[in-house]
Amino acid sequence: MNLDAALQTFIAESRELLEDMENALLNVDLACDTGEAIAAIFRAAHTIKGSAGLFSLDHIVAFTHVVESLLDEVRDCRVVLNDEMIVLLLSCCDFLNGMIDGLAGGNFESDPDTQAEGEMLLAQLRRHMACACEEGGAAEAAAGPGALAIPAEPGVERIGDGGGEERGDNDYWHISLRFGRGVLQNGMDPIAFLRYLPKLGTIKAIATVPDALPPAEEMDAELCYLGFEIAFDSQADKEAIEGVFEFVQDDCEIRIISPRSKVSHYVDLIRALPEQAARLGDILVRCGSVTARELDAALNQQHAAEGAAGEALPPPPLGSILVEGGNVPPVVVEAALAKQKQVSEQKAQESRSIRIDSEKLDKLIDLVGELIIAGARANMIGQHIQNAELQECTSILSGLVEEVRDAALELRMVKIGATFNRFQRVVHDVARELGKDIGLMVSGEDSELDKTVVEKIGDPLMHLVRNAMDHGIESAEARVAAGKPAKGMIRLNAFHESGSIVIEVSDDGGGLRKDKIFAKAVERGLVDPERKMSDSEIYNLIFEPGFSTAEKITNLSGRGVGMDVVKRNITALRGSVDIGSREGQGTTVTVRLPLTLAIIDGFLVQVGSSVFVVPLDMIEECIEYATEPGQDYCNLRGQVLPFIRLRQLFRIEGAGTRRESIVVLKLGTLRAGLVVDTLLGEFQTVIKPLSPIFSEVKCISGSTILGSGEVALIVDVAALMRTVGGRAVAMAA
Amino acid sequence: MSNAAVSQFAIEGEFTIYRAADVKTELLDALRKTQVLEVNLAGVSELDTAGLQVLMLAKQTAQADKRELHLVAHSPAVVEIFQMLDLGAFFGDAVLIH
Repeated sequence: MNLDAALQTFIAESRELLEDMENALLNVDLACDTGEAIAAIFRAAHTIKGSAGLFSLDHIVAFTHVVESLLDEVRDCRVVLNDEMIVLLLSCCDFLNGMIDGLAGGNFESDPDTQAEGEMLLAQLRRHMACACEEGGAAEAAAGPGALAIPAEPGVERIGDGGGEERGDNDYWHISLRFGRGVLQNGMDPIAFLRYLPKLGTIKAIATVPDALPPAEEMDAELCYLGFEIAFDSQADKEAIEGVFEFVQDDCEIRIISPRSKVSHYVDLIRALPEQAARLGDILVRCGSVTARELDAALNQQHAAEGAAGEALPPPPLGSILVEGGNVPPVVVEAALAKQKQVSEQKAQESRSIRIDSEKLDKLIDLVGELIIAGARANMIGQHIQNAELQECTSILSGLVEEVRDAALELRMVKIGATFNRFQRVVHDVARELGKDIGLMVSGEDSELDKTVVEKIGDPLMHLVRNAMDHGIESAEARVAAGKPAKGMIRLNAFHESGSIVIEVSDDGGGLRKDKIFAKAVERGLVDPERKMSDSEIYNLIFEPGFSTAEKITNLSGRGVGMDVVKRNITALRGSVDIGSREGQGTTVTVRLPLTLAIIDGFLVQVGSSVFVVPLDMIEECIEYATEPGQDYCNLRGQVLPFIRLRQLFRIEGAGTRRESIVVLKLGTLRAGLVVDTLLGEFQTVIKPLSPIFSEVKCISGSTILGSGEVALIVDVAALMRTVGGRAVAMAA
Repeated sequence: MSNAAVSQFAIEGEFTIYRAADVKTELLDALRKTQVLEVNLAGVSELDTAGLQVLMLAKQTAQADKRELHLVAHSPAVVEIFQMLDLGAFFGDAVLIH
């Protein structure tokens, strides 16, 4: 691993740490154990400082040092963490993030543009500190990086591949580590490196070498005395393994022996290490890195004659030497040998994850899409020529294709939790800006949805959350007067429902006021004053363009650009948005999105000569069409089912067939029927977006290609429901 | 060795470099006062190299002084480290796998 790669790791790690720090800061007042939260914040700052020192990033070290000093005082209870400090520390997080971003952009020095901001933050940090220790602190900060960052000769043994000598009979790397005394104080934990090691391979055996531990009185608990001998099974190259220890390279003696190295390398290793040779030999054998026999032979060889190259010396077993030395009972050596055998027999079972370019994934999905279309064509031909064998084949094929499709789509699924967690900070900041006390509750973080959808849903959600905080939650006085707790709550919830993911943004504020909305809508000429509307229709008026009821325009929301944009963005994702409210109790905005944007299970229906696709997830059942002439609703087991004639909706020529059918659709709580001529059955549908020219076409969300090469349009059920919904309510009124 | 000589010592919370020095002093003090010391690790939520070293030091010190040190009720955090570093044999205590 070169320094660049290590730097990228540092950047990624620092971002994560800053995120952790931010979360910990935001939760510090919620956490029952403040001490733990503060310790977490401190650790984040401490680790960033330590790692930045390694890269000689003096500006980051200097800044984090002051942050750390303040946190140290907080931790020792010399300073009490108050709201003002949390805000300050959050700003410090932002500032650090800025520096890390600069670093990612190749800027290794502090940015002169932001220097003033940094100075200001530092001054504020110092102001909060209990003791006037800034001079000492600054000096230490200046000395810190210098002391840490001097690039020393890496303590890594290079091993050339010479032939001729006997080679060890094992397939594992051998890693020998002796950590420097100072690693712990530099903020590094050897265990953390060992924990990282399995990402490159499998630790087959490990021996912890505590021999350097001094007597109890002399031992300093903050110095590191441990060493490790590791047998490591990995496909990685030596550089990659060294890279793991990049951060401690200057502070640690690392010796790496590649698989199948000459046994003499192990002997050299034993010589080079401070511990007793016999004991080390034992450890190596125990690690399975070298067998007793090999080691013995090599040792003898070197003992017997310097430079005399003779492989014929009879090898007395190492065990006897070890036992004579009084170090280990014979059983141990036997056990080590037995274990070695067992270990080499064991097949590596690794669970690895890989990172791949999302473009490659998109390409795969595209190909799967084409595969489905081609499969459908093969299927159709099979049916056409009525060859039973071919039909059987294509049916197996389409089953497999379906599985491939699901697996491929699953690759793109990500949890929504990360998106939700971003809102902690948003809520915190906006609440402060508004001068309201508002908390955020998140649930259903484990719900998964397509990566593209996750990326695109962030902005609309942000707007909804801000809007809820600004308009939804009342001022603390109003809340107390209404008998509610002074602290308002915003809730984010996500769950899966019939092929969609549902995201709810709710607040426990004052709720929407119907009369006000209606009056405003009339004033803006959006509705006719005489019109009778249902509650839900009135609420949904706020998604109309140019609508805003806020009496006071804040810089957050209330400009009347927003809710309509939110709706447009969500509709563009083939989703829908709905709003429910109870006056005095709060408002819930429900966003419903398809799980994926690429391929769906569809159901084919035919009207006249046109074929349409209805998303299968939205279909409840299919029934025979039967109703009184002239009516557009029917009786479904005692319930009124409004329906739409697809023929009428799309103005398709010709009369209905003799036996029409109704497809019963369900979306959320709404239910409606769709009258079609013929039901054609299930069909895997690769969604092809419509050209922008058709963006205004209602009730069609895309197109697909059938096996015959014909184009079928995909029915937009959500849009259809709105058409039916309006009519159904109008009928009731 | 009578049973009366068995003492208890509990380590709680994060046993890391931030507390290693304190715990080291307390642990060795406790060890000095008894023949057999049982160290209860049930409350250890995190263990790092510094903490581990203190445990290993205590074990070695006990052996050198012909005393006994037993680790009991290993918390998951401790078990994880012990398994990773194959330390079961070093301490020689029964570890309950969680």
